[in-house]
Amino acid sequence: MSSKHLLLLAVVVLGLLSGRSQAASQDQAHAAKATKRPAAAVRASQHEDEGDRIFQQNCSRCHNAPEGFSDRISGTIVRHMRVRASLSQHEEQQLLRFLNP
Amino acid sequence: MLRSDWKPHPNRLAHSARTLALALATFCAVRYGVAQDAPLLSGGVALLTNTNAGNTSYTPIIEPLLAAPIGQHLLVESRAVLLESFSPKGGGQTGYDHAHFVGLTYLQGDYIALPHLTVVGGSFLLPFGSYNERLSPLWISNLQDGPTSSNLGLMSTGVGTGGVLRGSAVSRRKYSVDYATYFSSRVGNEYFASKRSSGGRASLYLPDARLEIGLSYNRLLQGTHENFYAVHLWWEPKDTGLRLRSEFNRGQHAQGYWIEADYRAQQFGGPDTFIGRFEPVFRIQQTFRRDTLVSDGVPLVDTQRADFGLDYNLPHNTRILTSYGRQFSSTGNRNIWETEIVYRFLFPAWKGKGL
Repeated sequence: MSSKHLLLLAVVVLGLLSGRSQAASQDQAHAAKATKRPAAAVRASQHEDEGDRIFQQNCSRCHNAPEGFSDRISGTIVRHMRVRASLSQHEEQQLLRFLNP
Repeated sequence: MLRSDWKPHPNRLAHSARTLALALATFCAVRYGVAQDAPLLSGGVALLTNTNAGNTSYTPIIEPLLAAPIGQHLLVESRAVLLESFSPKGGGQTGYDHAHFVGLTYLQGDYIALPHLTVVGGSFLLPFGSYNERLSPLWISNLQDGPTSSNLGLMSTGVGTGGVLRGSAVSRRKYSVDYATYFSSRVGNEYFASKRSSGGRASLYLPDARLEIGLSYNRLLQGTHENFYAVHLWWEPKDTGLRLRSEFNRGQHAQGYWIEADYRAQQFGGPDTFIGRFEPVFRIQQTFRRDTLVSDGVPLVDTQRADFGLDYNLPHNTRILTSYGRQFSSTGNRNIWETEIVYRFLFPAWKGKGL
């Protein structure tokens, strides 16, 4: 194997290792970012998950989600759904928060 | 003290009316201008075609829905229907006859009294079975026709005039129970025709299994009193795009069931891809006469019907519904071809400043 081949092989291996380490560092950065997420953001995410769950389990049982609507009517939609889908007060609030994060 | 001969001055009356209108407009602008609870207009506009035993009819139709919240606890909602139907003339004549219909489907006020109780008053859709309240809107149903057996328990009109108590009885992560109970009085006018009846529905939902089971009961309280029962079972496995719905109805003179399966092909790249927008539908239904004493919306002979549909969910809230059905009965078998394009609209009832 010539020195040229060895050099090429070294470059490829270094490149691969660099890529792996970069990915690993990105993962670590993501992990660090996740661990450093403020409590408010975690709570917001939980609300979003809860709202999404309520939407999937109640609204989507009967119909497809409409493709976008004005913020001005989100409260009216949720109140209408509360009556039509017999949502509890808690579910209504979570759903409103989900539609208006 | 107000004099008995006092009469309002016309100018003063006009001034008062203007002041009241201005105050109302200001109230609405302030109340709904930047809030999330502006009144909304929703509904569907569609063109339906139906070829039944070789005769094709065309029906342009609009079903608008208005929902207007008032304060923190009240919601006024109403749905109407406007349609024009073009059907071939019978008796060997060529050409089409047409007829139109305009009417309110329901008009009700909803008062959210307690976290688990909403009081509804006015003209309302009867809370019986699963089809009438939840699947009948034009922009929701997967097939153009509703199941025949779901007419049982709807007292001919599907609407009651009176009151409903409804809400979520229990709601936990593992299960929830909701209920609706109503009383309707007899109303003979053409706008809000209803029969005197009473009843309700209770449903149990298991979120982990995505399973819902519900029981309905009501009783006709005029003429010959009759009981109606229904049980519905829905299963929608998580993240599969599959929905299975079924219902069994039993009345004094007939009974029947329907089972409907639809599959949104979202496994092929997601629900918004070309393939993912397809939605095959299948429904089978059977009705059985117990006697022929009254007409209750169910055929006078035992009938079976199978529908094979293929829906396509276009972007911008538009759907195309197509189906072929074959109906079997002792009065004759027939083919039913149906197509429909429907657009669902949803926007604030008037312009305003967004958030």
